[in-house]
Amino acid sequence: MEAVQMRSITKWFGSLCALDHVDFSVREGEIHSLLGENGAGKSTLMNVLYGMLPCDEGEVLIHGKPAQIRHPSQAIELGIGMVHQHFMLTPVMTVTENVIVGGEPVNGPFVDYRSAVRQVQEMIDRYHFGIDANTKVQNLSVGEQQRVEILKALYRGANILILDEPTAVLTPQEVQELFAVLRDLKAAGKSIIIITHKLKETAAIADRVSVLRSGKMIDSGLEASRCSVNDLALMMVGRKVDLTFTRRSQCVGQVAFEVQNLNLAVKGVPVLKNLSLKVRKGQILGIAGIEGNGQTELIEVLTGLRRPDSAVILKDGKPFSGNASDFLTAGVGHIPEDRLSRGLVTPMSIEDNVILGYHRRPRFAGKGIRRSADIRAFADEKLAEFQIKAETVQTPCSALSGGNQQKVIVARVFSEDPDILIAAQPTRGVDVGAQEFIHNRLLDLRDEGKAIVLISADLDEVRRLSDRVAVIYDGRIVAENDHDVWDEMELGLLMTGGKGGVTA
Amino acid sequence: MKKNLAISRAALKNSSLVISAAAMVISMLISALIMAICGYNPFEAYSAILTGAFGSLRGIAQTLAQATPLIFTGLAFAFAKKASLINLGVEGQMYMGALGAALVGITDLGLPAIVHVPLAVLAGFLFGAAYAAIIGGLKVKFGSNEVVAGVMLNSIAGYFINYLLNGVLLAEGSSVAQTERVCQTARLPRIFSSYQVTIAVFLAVVVCIAVRWFISHTVLGYEIRSVGMNKKAAETAGIHISKALIVAMCVSGGIAGLAGANQVLGVDRRLISDFSPGYGFNGISVSALAADNPLGVILAGLIFGILRAGALELNRSTGIPVEFVDVIQAMVVIFVSAPLMIRHMGKLTRIFRKKPAGKEV
Ligand SMILES: Nc1ncnc2c1ncn2[C@@H]1O[C@H](COP(=O)(O)OP(=O)(O)OP(=O)(O)O)[C@@H](O)[C@H]1O
Ligand SMILES: [Mg+2]
Repeated sequence: MEAVQMRSITKWFGSLCALDHVDFSVREGEIHSLLGENGAGKSTLMNVLYGMLPCDEGEVLIHGKPAQIRHPSQAIELGIGMVHQHFMLTPVMTVTENVIVGGEPVNGPFVDYRSAVRQVQEMIDRYHFGIDANTKVQNLSVGEQQRVEILKALYRGANILILDEPTAVLTPQEVQELFAVLRDLKAAGKSIIIITHKLKETAAIADRVSVLRSGKMIDSGLEASRCSVNDLALMMVGRKVDLTFTRRSQCVGQVAFEVQNLNLAVKGVPVLKNLSLKVRKGQILGIAGIEGNGQTELIEVLTGLRRPDSAVILKDGKPFSGNASDFLTAGVGHIPEDRLSRGLVTPMSIEDNVILGYHRRPRFAGKGIRRSADIRAFADEKLAEFQIKAETVQTPCSALSGGNQQKVIVARVFSEDPDILIAAQPTRGVDVGAQEFIHNRLLDLRDEGKAIVLISADLDEVRRLSDRVAVIYDGRIVAENDHDVWDEMELGLLMTGGKGGVTA
Repeated sequence: MKKNLAISRAALKNSSLVISAAAMVISMLISALIMAICGYNPFEAYSAILTGAFGSLRGIAQTLAQATPLIFTGLAFAFAKKASLINLGVEGQMYMGALGAALVGITDLGLPAIVHVPLAVLAGFLFGAAYAAIIGGLKVKFGSNEVVAGVMLNSIAGYFINYLLNGVLLAEGSSVAQTERVCQTARLPRIFSSYQVTIAVFLAVVVCIAVRWFISHTVLGYEIRSVGMNKKAAETAGIHISKALIVAMCVSGGIAGLAGANQVLGVDRRLISDFSPGYGFNGISVSALAADNPLGVILAGLIFGILRAGALELNRSTGIPVEFVDVIQAMVVIFVSAPLMIRHMGKLTRIFRKKPAGKEV
């Protein structure tokens, strides 16, 4: 029996055809992976199913019955739940409040908050989500916030669950836990649609696979067990992609950037504890760690966004300090971990965003006046070079797909040729083709003798690109070594605070 | 074909121009209804407004005279909005601008008009800007809310000026709280000798164009926009947020000050206590109708200018109170800030139009 049938769905955004007569169906009790390049239309298709976007043509059947889904509330009634690529939580409210909103247990005219907390905590425990139902969402890490999103859908009794890139922000362990949950849900007869750019995950969890490319359904309902990761990559981007490619540093030079004895407390709670690290010219230092162990604050210190309580920062051996602007001018590039909050001013156009932070450079402005023509030419060039899918450079970044938004940020930083690059989650949400591209550019940059600090939740990425790997746990670097010393399991253990690390 | 249809439909739905126009029309319709309920004939009223505003040279002059301060205050509000600041202190900044212009205007500097006038106007700008800087400073230094600070400072400006007008600045032998007349050399030339509209109306238009250019073509304008739309991203990009906020506030206040300068140097030719019928707050409606677009402010200011000028006429000929223009203005703000309401109204009319709801393409 088909849980979801979407027939001939067509969706226009202005003159752009985001979905072109797409057929898509999901069986009851299966995990269905929806693949496609950045901007292929995956999120759009799911937003149509969830009633967030009206489609221009086509029909939707849920459990065989035609359904008019015009609003998410109707989708929820039909048992469809969605976890969005970009979270939709209210930061100042607690986990419970976020989860129950729209389906609050009531006691007369009042919200029965106490029993709500009990129910939510029970679900958290059942799925091993490891968060407190009473914490405010703003105090949660990105990974934890996502679990709140999943809880929200489950709480409303979803039996068709849409997950838009749920693993982009999770560590391997967390992914395993999530997959265990998904298998349980599947066993309970629920249907799950999962969008991911990590093909290994598709192979690991999905029963069937559908592939979108440029708004058209290329392959639909393939048995996942019959496709290899390479087949999937080929289907997605239409060419061969080597996902294991890497090169090692040939010449490691002087220490370019060094932090000694970094201490930082946020609201009185120590977050970074006597942390020291250094990265050399022509070297990629990978920092592995589970979200929420001080990475965010570390990145903020390394880019001048936050002043540490105490630390010595040395750039090329000389003490260095300043604000974000000073760091940028001194050649410290930054790929922020959260593209929507720190990376982009989404209502602004691509051309405005692709120079953000470098907008005072002589090539973009003189005497306080923007060189509009030069900026446009530059943006046009980047659009082509990074294959950013957008109609024009005047398109606002809010109209770009997640992966294309990321490409705007990456294009910006790489074009400035920084001496030191703080790259946080550089490939979060980008498709395999673009991942390969970004990885190559990172390696090129390193081979030119630049120093790179790579902070990523994607262990594969860290292990593949880094020349040295440091593990951060509870605000400390607990182990550091050459890239090939630890295997994935050992790294995983170190990341969760297990002993056995050697610092050489 | 289908593609073009999709484009135009999407463009229509999202265009703020459509929303503004719809808000204006709906507001005028509802006002007509209110007038009818109150026993006035709305057709008579609107036609009286139009003839009042356009029927004579006096009407046209009156329209422009009414539009001038509205364009300034609307632009002041819209500018602060670019940095996502709600400048409710426009009224106070306008009064301070008036004070600045008056101080320079009533002093005989022995300068020719070509120097004295710009100097007095500049003083208006600077006084308004300086007064707004207080709000910006409070916000940046102490995180105080600019809305509250703005409202408080409005009262303070009003009282302060009344204090001066009843004391050191009081014109000799005057029984009303007002200054001496400004020097001949400091007066803004009037366009038609017997009407109050001055060349400041051109200045208003020029300033709107300049602001538009500033916002899209200068680095500072770009930084203000970034700060207005995403502070964290602006911070990450090394943009000095406090600086952007203070600059935005000061320019906004300076523009508000120009409204005051026009009043003193052109309209009243002296600073009179409580001269404003609420130009500062009307600026909010103007800015809303213009969707915060500097060029739109010109048009929106003119539209409200027409209504006000016409309404003055109306009051004379039909006895309908001028205040109903305020009703229209208030409703415009409501409808523009709730575009969904307009969209739903649009849907309603569509349902009425074709009962057997065929599937839409
Ligand atoms: N609100 C919008 N306005 C205009 N265009 C849009 C809008 N939302 C999406 N698009 C365009 O539609 C296309 C499909 O976008 P969608 O977000 O569905 O891609 P996706 O497959 O989810 O990509 P990603 O893997 O990067 O998330 C993109 O080219 C995007 O630019
Ligand atoms: Mg997407």
